[in-house]
Amino acid sequence: MTITSQAPAAEVGAARKRKEDARLITGQTMWTENIVVPGMLHMAILRSPLGHARISRIDTAPALREPNVVAAFSGRDVADVQGSLPCAWPVTAELVMPAHPPLAVDEVCHTGEAVAVVVARDRASAVDALAAIEIDYEPLPVVLDLEAALADGADLVHTDQTTNKAYTWIFDSAQAGTGGAVDEAASGAEVVIRRRYRQQRLIPAFMEPRSVVVDATGDQVTVWSATQIPHVLRFLLAVGTGTPEHRVRVVAPDVGGGFGGKLQVTPEEMITYLASKRAGRPVKYTETRSDSLLSAHHGRDMIQDIELSARRDGTVLGLNVRLTANMGAYLGLVGPGVPILGAFMYNAIYKFPAYRFECTGVFTNTTFTDAYRGAGRPEATYAIERIMDELAVEVGLDPLEVRRRNWIGHEEFPFTTVAGLTYDSGNYEAATDRAKQLLGYDELRREQAARRASGDPVQLGIGVSTYTEMCGLAPSRVLGSLRYGAGGWESASIRVLPTGKIEVVTGSSPHGQGHETAWSQIVADQLGVAFEDVEVLHGDTRTAYKGMDTYGSRSLAVGGFALVNACKKVIDKAKPVAAHLLECDVSDVEFADGAFRVRGTPDGGRSLADCALAVFAAHDLPDGVEPTLDADDVYDPVNFSFPHGTHLCAVEVDTETGRVTIRAYVAVDDVGRVVNPMIVEGQVHGGVAQGVAQALFEEAVYDADGNLLTGTFVDYTPPSAADLPDIVSDRTETPAPDHPLGTKGVGEAGTIASTPAVVNAVVDALRPYGVDDVPMPCTPERVWQAIRNGGGQS
Amino acid sequence: MIPVSFDYQRPSTVDEAVQALSAAGDDGKVLAGGQSLIPMLRLRLSAPSVLIDLGALADLRGIREDGDGLLIGAMTRHADVLANPLVRRYVPLLAQATATVADRQVRHLGTLGGSLAHADPAGDLPAVAVALDATMEIAGPDGQRTVPAGDFFVDYLTTALGPADVLLGVRFPSHEGWGTHYEKFQRMAQAWALVGVAATVRRENGTIAEARVALTNMGPVPVRARAVEDALTGAASTADAIAAAAGLAGEGTRPTSDLTASAEYRAHLATVLTGRAVSAAAGVG
Repeated sequence: MTITSQAPAAEVGAARKRKEDARLITGQTMWTENIVVPGMLHMAILRSPLGHARISRIDTAPALREPNVVAAFSGRDVADVQGSLPCAWPVTAELVMPAHPPLAVDEVCHTGEAVAVVVARDRASAVDALAAIEIDYEPLPVVLDLEAALADGADLVHTDQTTNKAYTWIFDSAQAGTGGAVDEAASGAEVVIRRRYRQQRLIPAFMEPRSVVVDATGDQVTVWSATQIPHVLRFLLAVGTGTPEHRVRVVAPDVGGGFGGKLQVTPEEMITYLASKRAGRPVKYTETRSDSLLSAHHGRDMIQDIELSARRDGTVLGLNVRLTANMGAYLGLVGPGVPILGAFMYNAIYKFPAYRFECTGVFTNTTFTDAYRGAGRPEATYAIERIMDELAVEVGLDPLEVRRRNWIGHEEFPFTTVAGLTYDSGNYEAATDRAKQLLGYDELRREQAARRASGDPVQLGIGVSTYTEMCGLAPSRVLGSLRYGAGGWESASIRVLPTGKIEVVTGSSPHGQGHETAWSQIVADQLGVAFEDVEVLHGDTRTAYKGMDTYGSRSLAVGGFALVNACKKVIDKAKPVAAHLLECDVSDVEFADGAFRVRGTPDGGRSLADCALAVFAAHDLPDGVEPTLDADDVYDPVNFSFPHGTHLCAVEVDTETGRVTIRAYVAVDDVGRVVNPMIVEGQVHGGVAQGVAQALFEEAVYDADGNLLTGTFVDYTPPSAADLPDIVSDRTETPAPDHPLGTKGVGEAGTIASTPAVVNAVVDALRPYGVDDVPMPCTPERVWQAIRNGGGQS
Repeated sequence: MIPVSFDYQRPSTVDEAVQALSAAGDDGKVLAGGQSLIPMLRLRLSAPSVLIDLGALADLRGIREDGDGLLIGAMTRHADVLANPLVRRYVPLLAQATATVADRQVRHLGTLGGSLAHADPAGDLPAVAVALDATMEIAGPDGQRTVPAGDFFVDYLTTALGPADVLLGVRFPSHEGWGTHYEKFQRMAQAWALVGVAATVRRENGTIAEARVALTNMGPVPVRARAVEDALTGAASTADAIAAAAGLAGEGTRPTSDLTASAEYRAHLATVLTGRAVSAAAGVG
């Protein structure tokens, strides 16, 4: 093929419809639950109905007499072989790590903990036979309250431990050399504001329930799982079961959402493995929604004690944060580290001179907590953005003005913060100006004043959230310094097929993010091939054997970097081939607009496909040229990336009923350069929905006995489209200086930004009633109570 | 979850249905639209040994004029109630409340009769049936009978239907010329009512001649707000009079405290929502 025309317009930046959506939306794909392996059996799990108890007797034999049952066993039957589920983030050397058996052996420590299983020829038979299992429990004291759990003489979550404290982790800017001492800052301050905020417990509530199929019948162990982390799972399954790693294959087929909830090595995955081993047959387990709400890991659940010291002019002098974080009954895969990720974000976009952070992780008799969209950063952003509003009220400034007096100016980047991170780039002024304009900020403030003056029963509130976050997890050295158990690199491989079609293998496996589309767009531009000619392969450790998986808004920020590097290597490998075809010296070949040309000669170029065919035949290659164009890259980031933005929310509060209605929501996000604006907008919309859900709707509630009261979607209430506002989404673009595409990351931004924007708006509406806080979720009843009590924390 | 195993029967006449229920004794359960029953089976909150599906009883489906009003077959789906011009003419309150039931999918499967027979205190239609002075047509082992809506709802999830009774239809007297309104307050768009208020008002010369007000979820069964009705009857159709009457909405109610709302908050909502419902029904404010 001789190329004379220009290459098509750039793919990066185009709002391409997602190539994976047709199969995902119509269900015409291979979800784990759709997988059928010859001879496969079905497993059902018996779960503890008690929050804390000793198992005094358990007998699974009666279940074996039920129809179609093949196997039944309890934790005692596998106690010697089941091991303990891994925690990969022991944040301190002194961390208390109770054993976490997949099946409880002698003691259950939370409601919903797995105690026994039945394996049967069909799912219904397995579920029915659970009733035949005989089990006696001796109830033990249930520990639920975080502060009571830490008191002397408290009942213990695990009877074989001596404390309910998992760890205390401290950062102090005076000790780190990144700033001053908070006590000195507070003693010299004109204004000191102290607040206690509660991050209620949330449930990730991904759309596709977790499902796993394990075939451990031969030399090879194959695991299909609805997981975010096939590579981490493979490694830990090999280590945990003693199976040689090269004989473990993990496949994450299409996965229907995760939000961090599938960033876990789950009890259910291990139990299904044990069941397949014992039954000698492939075994499937698919959870119900009720199982999922009860036993898949939960998120958030912290008490935040915040002290902000400032001058009367609104300049912040110091920030002191004390967290009490609920770990639940066990330590999840990265659970202890979740609050620590937030430690670097409480200072947010501001130039605070002194900062101290102390987090104590606490065990309770509840489902264990772990990563949930944003993981530590939404909690931090909530606390700082809420208390900045309190500072604004205290010193009599507009909330945006008090922020402006403290934020990092756009000319000050790169900026090393009091928490020790170096923010790469940003323009808070531009994003805020744009958001104000889109909302009609000044006009709404006038309307608010009018409604206050007239005593309108429907009051207007305007909420502000100027956020940043750290994306692109993560430089491996930083992870090492935080005692995380793995690195933060990512991989990409390009296979150039003989006809010039491209296969891309990515180590970060999507569960809804749209990798196939975005990766195709990038590769199309880099290699000068058509978008449709790129296939993206992922999720199967046999195909994509190297990866760190998908979480922490890392895929594009880290994996995208590796992808661009791999593409560049392909071009470098193709150049000698192209030179040979063009009959020129390799130093005279340039690649631009999808073609290799002799420098200064616009016509007569050769495409990558020409080179691919040439290396396939390999009849006529220069000496020493390897007959392939394939290339791999593994990239370890040098820094995080720091997207930011300004979200503004206007709410109407019906003061007679307490109902909050979001009237307008504006999200201006700066996520660096954008590969696909439609995907970015989708991430913002979904993220805002989840953040609004924390502000107004969702909470996982236990009763005094440790029973989960919010065990169905009737009681645990994620919003539907009808509960959510129209979202005005816009962007400013400050490129990431360290990334070849200038991209930053967007997977969590909306969730991080929106929760404080909404609650700030609710509180703003109620200021005339003396209200300075409404606990989340701000249900109509809580809002009504706040108005009635006419008080707050101050 | 997977329901406990059960037998399934699909009778083709009402007599067969009654016979099947009689034979099943206390272990039988009628399946109408299934929008409440199936989730309860799946959660194993209900475990009947026989399900008797009324889906084949075509006579129980449909809406027709009947004397001074409408007769609506028990198996008529919510969506068909909503689409019917006779309903909008004679009992627009029913259409308005039905539009708030759950979501579109539920409204295309759920039935009027199923909703009333289930008698969930948080369901919208029981209070509407009471406010509209509806009558239930019932077939049972001893033949047919009618029961006024006010006597039909006996207790939490319990009605005047015996174990072998089948609800055939509901008779709604015409409310042409009345003002009516259903005011529903729920936390989520597609959730049950925390509290709902069905108000019907007949005005004569600027005064309220007659009013019926029924409350959803203010007790185990729909509650007639008699004190409100008495205060409204003969009162001027003004915002002040309505506000004064609405303040009595909590009288005689037994709201519960649960995860979604406290009894105290429900009692407060009842007064606010009654004021709004009656005002809207009376065209005031």
